[in-house]
Amino acid sequence: MRALTFAVRNRKEILRDPMTLLFGMVLPLLMLWLFSMMAENMPFDLFTLEKLAPAIIVFSFSFITLFTGMLIGRDKSSSFLMRIFASPMAATDYLVGYALPLLPIAFLQITACYGTALLLGMPFTIDAIPAVGVLLIISLLYIGFGLFFGTFFTDRQVGAMFAIFVNITTWLSGTWFELDMIGGTFQRVAYLLPFAHAVDASRAIFAGDYGAVFIPMLWVMAYTAVIFGIAVWGFKKRMRG
Amino acid sequence: MEIVIKELTKTFKGRIAVDHLSLTIGQGEFFALLGENGAGKTTTIKLLSCLMKPTGGDAVMLGDSIVENPQAVKKKLNISPQETAVARNLSVKENLEFIAKIYGSDKREAEKKANRLMNKFGLADRAKSKGRTLSGGLERRLSIAMAMISEPEIIFLDEPTVGLDVRARLDLWQILLDLKGQITIILTTHYLEEVEALADRIGIMHKGRLHALGTLDELKEQTGQAKLQDIFLQLTAEAKIQ
Ligand SMILES: Nc1ncnc2c1ncn2[C@@H]1O[C@H](COP(=O)(O)OP(=O)(O)O)[C@@H](O)[C@H]1O
Ligand SMILES: [Mg+2]
Repeated sequence: MRALTFAVRNRKEILRDPMTLLFGMVLPLLMLWLFSMMAENMPFDLFTLEKLAPAIIVFSFSFITLFTGMLIGRDKSSSFLMRIFASPMAATDYLVGYALPLLPIAFLQITACYGTALLLGMPFTIDAIPAVGVLLIISLLYIGFGLFFGTFFTDRQVGAMFAIFVNITTWLSGTWFELDMIGGTFQRVAYLLPFAHAVDASRAIFAGDYGAVFIPMLWVMAYTAVIFGIAVWGFKKRMRG
Repeated sequence: MEIVIKELTKTFKGRIAVDHLSLTIGQGEFFALLGENGAGKTTTIKLLSCLMKPTGGDAVMLGDSIVENPQAVKKKLNISPQETAVARNLSVKENLEFIAKIYGSDKREAEKKANRLMNKFGLADRAKSKGRTLSGGLERRLSIAMAMISEPEIIFLDEPTVGLDVRARLDLWQILLDLKGQITIILTTHYLEEVEALADRIGIMHKGRLHALGTLDELKEQTGQAKLQDIFLQLTAEAKIQ
């Protein structure tokens, strides 16, 4: 109950920030549109809507990391967190309260991106339904990174960390170019991180290639568990002063 | 039932922030902790409100120990932190209702309490204004109202008038004087006038240690000084010679 009350506050805090709409929605949709226009003049199929839309949805989740991290960072610097730490709320209430409101935001991002892709000419498939489920699980990875940044950094530092994070998540994920085109160490490093796996899983599920979803999702979920674990540990440590 | 602080100590990586603090604060008392920046006032508040575990010592807050039973202590108190700690994108009313709810009120009760406190703190005409649009004085009033909404028996006010202009400060003093006697108030400040205007009793803190304790008259008698400023300088200067 307390966790829900806190979640409602966090939802309002995020949705009432104009940056949420701008970066979380407008920017990914704009990129989807621009890159899909380029597809016609490209010799390879990377920017066809079938490949582009699943990757852009994952890209839009990067901003979930930013929203979560900024919210927690601000709550620390304004001592808002201190005020609620003084209340009889438990550590899990806080983390559930911070994580929960981001799921409907992820859902909105998925539907807005997919809806736009349909309008741009991507053929509708029934695979989009399980895809929503897989993407929501992927969004937990990005929520986890947000909790992690917010717990360990101040709001100013979160901004700087995010600039690095968004570069890693896009360049090392195969969204803008094929990773095996570069190959070598670059590709190996990319596949040691979860972001390329997240994009692969998203593309596979939209393509109906269910067999290719499982292994990448194992990577994603393992990373999610570890990141959440570290964030919870750091948060509890902070709560005890 | 009172607040009994015994040898309360906190060190950060070997540096001592609160040094064997011992004192008793009576129920319903308005107690002011006076000290320069870095004296250890905020750390003391964090220890007493169970936001931090002490390195040593204990405090019994109206019957419950902060070391042994922090959850019971937490239910009795609330806090207005040094930074105002107001949610930026929530309205005044939403901020108040939110705190009421996390302390266990249902929707109707939370709204009733919020309305009552907005009237009491002169915030009713700004009920719908977002936290980030409030002036310093209003933000501070909201911060204190948020602490009052859980109906605590003890309230901590950490430097409540820092950064306020004269009028906002006087308005806030009036609000605090109206609260006086109803609940136990522990206020920290480095403004001498504030202590003189508000407090029943004063503790002067310097480098983590309590250097003096008493009513203003008692301190005057102890030091032979007529002005609080001179009392403060004398008590904290002696410490440097020692
Ligand atoms: N979390 C912390 N880690 C390390 N040192 C701290 C921490 N909090 C406070 N201090 C130190 O403890 C001393 C007292 O600080 P504080 O209680 O904030 O003083 P005041 O509120 O009286 O200005 C200062 O020297 C400060 O630097
Ligand atoms: Mg302080």
